[in-house]
Amino acid sequence: MTLTEKILARAAGKAHVQAGDNVWVDADILMTHDVCGPGTIGVFKREFGQNAKVWNKDRVVIIPDHYIFTCDPKSNRNVDILREFVREQGITYFYDVIDDPAGSWRFDPAAGPVKRQHGSHYAGVCHVALPQKGHTRPGEVLFGTDSHTCMAGAFNEFATGIGNTDAGFVLGTGKLLLKVPATMHFRLEGKLQPGVMAKDIILHLIGEIGFDGATYRALQFSGSGIPHLSMDDRMTIANMAIEAGAKNGIFPFDGRTAEYVDSRTRLNGTKTTYDPVEPDPDQNFVFEHVIELDKLEPTVACHPDPARRRLAKELGHVKLDRAYIGSCTGGKTSDFVEFARILRGKRVAIDTFGVPATPEIVHELKSTRWGGKPVWEILVDAGVHLTENPGCAACLGGPLDTFGRVNSPLKCISTTNRNFPGRMGHKESQVFLASPATVAASAVAGRIVDPREYS
Amino acid sequence: MQAVIQGPVYVVGDNIDTDQIIPAEYLNLVPTIPEEYEKLGAYALCGLPQDLYPVRYVQEGKLDSVYPIVIAGKNFGCGSSREHAPIALGSAGCKVVVAESFARIFFRNSVATGELYPCESENRICDKVKTGEVAVVDLDACTLTVSNSGKVFRLKPLGDVRPVVDAGGLFNYARLAGMISGEARPKANQPGNRTA
Repeated sequence: MTLTEKILARAAGKAHVQAGDNVWVDADILMTHDVCGPGTIGVFKREFGQNAKVWNKDRVVIIPDHYIFTCDPKSNRNVDILREFVREQGITYFYDVIDDPAGSWRFDPAAGPVKRQHGSHYAGVCHVALPQKGHTRPGEVLFGTDSHTCMAGAFNEFATGIGNTDAGFVLGTGKLLLKVPATMHFRLEGKLQPGVMAKDIILHLIGEIGFDGATYRALQFSGSGIPHLSMDDRMTIANMAIEAGAKNGIFPFDGRTAEYVDSRTRLNGTKTTYDPVEPDPDQNFVFEHVIELDKLEPTVACHPDPARRRLAKELGHVKLDRAYIGSCTGGKTSDFVEFARILRGKRVAIDTFGVPATPEIVHELKSTRWGGKPVWEILVDAGVHLTENPGCAACLGGPLDTFGRVNSPLKCISTTNRNFPGRMGHKESQVFLASPATVAASAVAGRIVDPREYS
Repeated sequence: MQAVIQGPVYVVGDNIDTDQIIPAEYLNLVPTIPEEYEKLGAYALCGLPQDLYPVRYVQEGKLDSVYPIVIAGKNFGCGSSREHAPIALGSAGCKVVVAESFARIFFRNSVATGELYPCESENRICDKVKTGEVAVVDLDACTLTVSNSGKVFRLKPLGDVRPVVDAGGLFNYARLAGMISGEARPKANQPGNRTA
């Protein structure tokens, strides 16, 4: 069996499953957020009754992160709906925006979007908060009401995005009917060259198989390149499995996985035990492909879909209006550090917005010093509009007052994961997806450039 | 729901993602709150670029569309897992999307909510029909017939998903099948099936 088949077989209580089987699997964790949580709760109450209880109050993780720092009253209300449900159900893991469990959340526009407005429990973007708060474990099944839930495949688990109705079903029963996906195998061999990042691997891969090239399938990674990839790198890659249509993406378990998961579960007092899945000798793959990491170059996905692959060096004619660094796939500490490495001592030539994924990342950027200067300050000095309010922000446009939202027909280069028409706001705007290094260098040049010319 | 769906078609191309079906700024609407469910319908497909799609799926100021049938190319519904996407279409009065292929989560959400039938066509249709032409989708015969020209296109059978959509979604189906307890909600009371 493949890694995905092994996890699903275990979660279904079966000795063996294969691609195409429909099986009922037990969920280890169900995650929801402010955009899909209220609807999921609505489905749960409509179907199981007003007084129904969730199947397991320790396994439902609720992380408001999407439309938080906005004056939109419905968005503020949606965070309050989550809080009310958590209180009623006694849910253990809720990363609220405010500290008062009886309060209500209102964004203060007078205080502005940059200065911190959240309380001490807030955890930021769910897909980065889940591992940081100790909710990702090898061998487990994670469902989330968000398509980028597949990011947790970095931790050797089965993780996939589901809709409100399916999530309402899981809330009530802890189970979901799944079709076992066929697995596509990608061997990542060798090592990335300087200036080339994990984002370039996944943009290259999506360009190879196409934007729907993995629909209904699992992506499984292996190869000599894996030990060189940090957990942040693996998360960047697994995050965008959905951008090729995949149900999930999954990495093998190794020492780095164990080190991350063990430290995070201990730190947060979450469940510390887990059972990783190791590859079998007799795996059935529907597709096999080798990516030689040494040969990859800085890569860009051009508007309007993530498979419009070009090399950064071929796009020097594309003049830009804006640059953006943030989101689950591209707003981690390592992303900002690479961004700062390129920007250090330089100035951006175009409007550049930075939204760290989580408060912990804000803290790390403020406390990591280069030559006595915090990385945060290096970025600000280079002209980046940085906010202390982490979240999904302009990655998906959001309400009109969202920080960094593209509100006119601009060309924006971004470390995020989607570039469909209108994704970051205005319907006629264009988004180019690239690594933090490429986005930083392009922000300095005002056009798309290969970051290796700027390091 | 009915086995035959007749009416004017709305035609779109490939890779229509969930941001084009329901732009993210409207995700503050909660689909299980009835007024907000209705409002989602008003925004269905409003993220399509105007230059490519000068005719809107739902006219400005209206809650419902005049097109019960949407015809699409490849990879319809790709992108986010937002259930708001099939719900917005269903709320606007869409009964069936006929596409060359669907993205996984959109397909599943269509079935789980029972909002619409996601039908795959055997061949590409979206280049051969124009928005506003009247067609008939026959789910039993697995055909889409264009009324004026009489042209017939084959659809792939819906198989196991048809009875789930017929029942009005996953929960109703599971109750009717005895998989979970309780009575199925009457379909007339379910948002999205008010005109069914």
